[in-house]
Amino acid sequence: MKIIVDFFTSLKLTAALLAFAIILVFVGTLAQADEGLYGAQAHYFKQWLVIGAHMFGHKIPLLLPGGYLIGTLLLVNLVASHIYRFEFSTKKLGIQLAHAGVIVLLVGQLSTDLLSRELQMHFTEGETRNYSDSATEYELIFLAGDEVTAIPEKLLKAGDELKIENLPFSIRVKEHWHNSDMNFRAPMMQNAPPLTTNGIATSFDFKKADDVKTMDERNVPAVVLEFLTSAGSLGTWVASDWAGDPALVAGVRNGYAQMGADMAQKVAAQLLAPQTIEAGGKKYTFTMRPARVRHPFSLTLLKATHTVYPGTDIPKDFRSRVRIDNAQTGEKREVEISMNHPLRYGGYTYYQYQMDAGQVAEQAGRTPSSVLSVVRNPGWLTPYIGCAMVGAGLIVQFLFHLVGFVSKQKKK
Amino acid sequence: MKKHFQKWFPPGLMFVMALWFFGNLQAPKDKDFAFTEFGQLPITANGRIVPLDSLARNSLLEIREKQTLNTEPWKAWNESPKMVSADEWLANVMMNPAAADDWPVFRVDNPDLVSLLKLPDKDLAKKSDGKHYSWNQIQPLLETFDKENERVQKVESTSRTAYENAIAKMHERLTLYATLKNAVQPADAQDWPAELAAYEKLIPAGVIAIQAQQAAQKFDQTNFNNFIAYVQAFQFMANLEPPLILPPNGAREWRRMGDALLDAPRPNGVPIDDGVRAYAKLAGALAANQPEQFNSALRDLRSLLVAAQPKALDKARAEVFFNQMEPFYNAMVIYVLAGLLACFSWFNLSETLRRASVWLIALAFVIHTIGLVYRMVLEGRPPVTNLYSSAIFIGWGAVLLGLILEKFHKNGIGAVVASGIGFITLIIAHHLALEGDTMEMMRAVLDTNFWLATHVVAVTVGYASTFVAGFLALIYILRGMFTKTLDEATGKSLARMIYGIVCFATLFSFVGTVLGGIWADQSWGRFWGWDPKENGALIIVLWNALILHLRWGGIIRERGLVNCAIFGNVVTAWSWFGVNMLGIGLHSYGFTEAAFKWLVLFVASQLAFIALGLLPAGAWKSFKARTANRS
Repeated sequence: MKIIVDFFTSLKLTAALLAFAIILVFVGTLAQADEGLYGAQAHYFKQWLVIGAHMFGHKIPLLLPGGYLIGTLLLVNLVASHIYRFEFSTKKLGIQLAHAGVIVLLVGQLSTDLLSRELQMHFTEGETRNYSDSATEYELIFLAGDEVTAIPEKLLKAGDELKIENLPFSIRVKEHWHNSDMNFRAPMMQNAPPLTTNGIATSFDFKKADDVKTMDERNVPAVVLEFLTSAGSLGTWVASDWAGDPALVAGVRNGYAQMGADMAQKVAAQLLAPQTIEAGGKKYTFTMRPARVRHPFSLTLLKATHTVYPGTDIPKDFRSRVRIDNAQTGEKREVEISMNHPLRYGGYTYYQYQMDAGQVAEQAGRTPSSVLSVVRNPGWLTPYIGCAMVGAGLIVQFLFHLVGFVSKQKKK
Repeated sequence: MKKHFQKWFPPGLMFVMALWFFGNLQAPKDKDFAFTEFGQLPITANGRIVPLDSLARNSLLEIREKQTLNTEPWKAWNESPKMVSADEWLANVMMNPAAADDWPVFRVDNPDLVSLLKLPDKDLAKKSDGKHYSWNQIQPLLETFDKENERVQKVESTSRTAYENAIAKMHERLTLYATLKNAVQPADAQDWPAELAAYEKLIPAGVIAIQAQQAAQKFDQTNFNNFIAYVQAFQFMANLEPPLILPPNGAREWRRMGDALLDAPRPNGVPIDDGVRAYAKLAGALAANQPEQFNSALRDLRSLLVAAQPKALDKARAEVFFNQMEPFYNAMVIYVLAGLLACFSWFNLSETLRRASVWLIALAFVIHTIGLVYRMVLEGRPPVTNLYSSAIFIGWGAVLLGLILEKFHKNGIGAVVASGIGFITLIIAHHLALEGDTMEMMRAVLDTNFWLATHVVAVTVGYASTFVAGFLALIYILRGMFTKTLDEATGKSLARMIYGIVCFATLFSFVGTVLGGIWADQSWGRFWGWDPKENGALIIVLWNALILHLRWGGIIRERGLVNCAIFGNVVTAWSWFGVNMLGIGLHSYGFTEAAFKWLVLFVASQLAFIALGLLPAGAWKSFKARTANRS
């Protein structure tokens, strides 16, 4: 027991962990150039053990403790030292406060990692939203009139057969691609047979793609499904989110612009055409879409402004004026959300994220639109508290030293 | 006598340097053309109100890497070559290119580029210094250059050779020059006031001709052709996007000359106004070499501005004074002098030299502070807004720390640290200023004085103090290894200083880094995003914390502490410049080729010092002296 206690409370362990942390952060920073921000985060920081690294375009063999392992050991080390070495003296007060602050920070980051949720809200001027979209998670939905059935993407494992309570058919998942690519099947140029002979797959080919690497891109998942009723199969279909994002649809339309505006319009229309199956006397329209979180209130985008400094393209300000409508509390008020001035409301924080407004949008004839980043982070206060504790602790400690030093110097 | 000398030499020296500084504050008097006054005119460039003087200096820095123009660079300095101020140069580029095109203003260092453009090598008879060339010398081979440039622009900037970099840089310089030439009048105008008058007269007839042509009716071909020629020339001016030199006139905000000329014939356009005419008069007078007309046109322009733009006029004047003062350059010169005196003081242990050094550092620090505060007032911002100002502020903080150390220890060490870091950071700032305007506007996400004042300042103080600790450690090694001056007491006091500064650095880098996270949380909802710059700052915090823990645990002692503190220099330089060079993340601003070379050199030198520090005691002159003394 004593050996274990000694190990976990030793200063050498602290030093070793700090040294490993420095190496890990350095390697994880360099690797971002090769692996992308998200890739590097998953590979080095949100990881227990790091095996191999990518740097300067090369694979480098190496074995390092990952961010989770270092963080956890550091936390254990800190807490154990606190328990075993704690003594109440003014001399140690500062140092203990500072270390307690570090504990708060570490625990706070852990809770953020586990509990925080990042969503987005897209709208053009005049539109109202009472939900936010996930930036990373998707769901498969079935619409029958007002009735919505949503199945999270992570349940759609290739090879599984799902039986969902409200649906009069079961779903066999034939393929599931976390990110996909899509091509129009131009007439006269069809080489391979289509994936299925139903719906959208007759006009477009879908295939698996690598996961995206940067913060600005997103994965577009696609699934190949077969619907089965007791009466037999309803056929094999492809569902994806390619039609859901106006930017993707515009991209497809522009991609075929060389074939003429009419043709491009037609291609886009085929992409947007809803897919429907009939079972149990009901018509079900289905598609993939970003997972939604509903809010008990709604936001309406009144105005999106993007200003630049005169005579330059340097952005000066991004600003969304929105109206909050909350039937429960009877609130109906307007607020401005801009860079560095988020809206904190209803447990979520709304940040100005992206914007298509100002001269650029005007010249292209687009209605100004705005994307808000919507974050729920129950641990958001911990950095404030932790920082204050460490700062105060270090100041107390160093003042203590300094006073001693100066008085010693004076005596000389 | 000697006593008097010892007492009065230090303040006397400071007084002399102060006189030198204040003597340079007064701008040189204009002889005939009032170019200095011309430089005080406000315009809008880079999104802010600046005096023409700033445009002139920044442009000249970008093209020639100096703030003044030597028109006879082949002459030695003692043959008094003819110097031209930035204001005079800009006035001639914009309004009298016939003269400006002959001045050797383009600096070309790359020998391959010199031979590509068939430029003369250094040759006194041909009046060439082999480094500076005029537009007229370059212009004949512009087509060859454009072809090369077209190829180079396709090469990724990180994989360009030195020659290709020189081409890209030259392209930027030529573009800037062409832009300035089209800011007031079309670059090829022969007699701009007359041409402007002719254009104004032609507008009604020209508009009728255009309208008729568009409606497929009969139209006057001559009027049509002449008018179209004007429009094309003005379109060309506007497309280069020169600064906005025309002041607001009620219906319009600040405008480019080209835009204003194009606007005049439009159905709801603003007719040609007094601002356009005054600039034309100015141009005509300069081209015709008529100083009095030039100065009278300048007065007209000023009276327009006095009535409509008094604030812009005041701001421009204040900035011209700042440009003339050159506080950071002057402080740098004094730091060098002070540093030399302090180093000498170690060897003959002269208290007079040490005191003289401290007095000089105090003077340089006052000038440094004046510059820093003046800049903050001009910008209306906290001290650090970009890489350039971070260098100035790091230097300022380090000098302050060095002075405090000197106050307590009085052994010349703090003085060397203060003057050394002061000089190095200001020279870094000087080179960063070659990139262009150093007071550029803040992008939307950075537009918050609160976070710039807290997060950025705290992080920068963390940088400064880590450098101070590292610099102290370098002194320890240099003096211990190569001199006998590092006796036991000096060594101990140095180590104590290093330890104290590392504590200080830990506090500021930690608080600064966490405040950065809180800013990120405030502005996009993510406390920590593993962005390269964040990681760089985190490494500084971790490194300083590691040093402290190693010291507390007794794992390192005096020399271990010294070596660790030197590595702190590497860690800080990486965070300050290195991460920007990865070209990724939110903070990837300010990459420069030269900076990369210097960073590598700096890191290598620091590692060499650590290697020295690891040598056994027998290799240290001071340690040998200590044992010799004991026995």
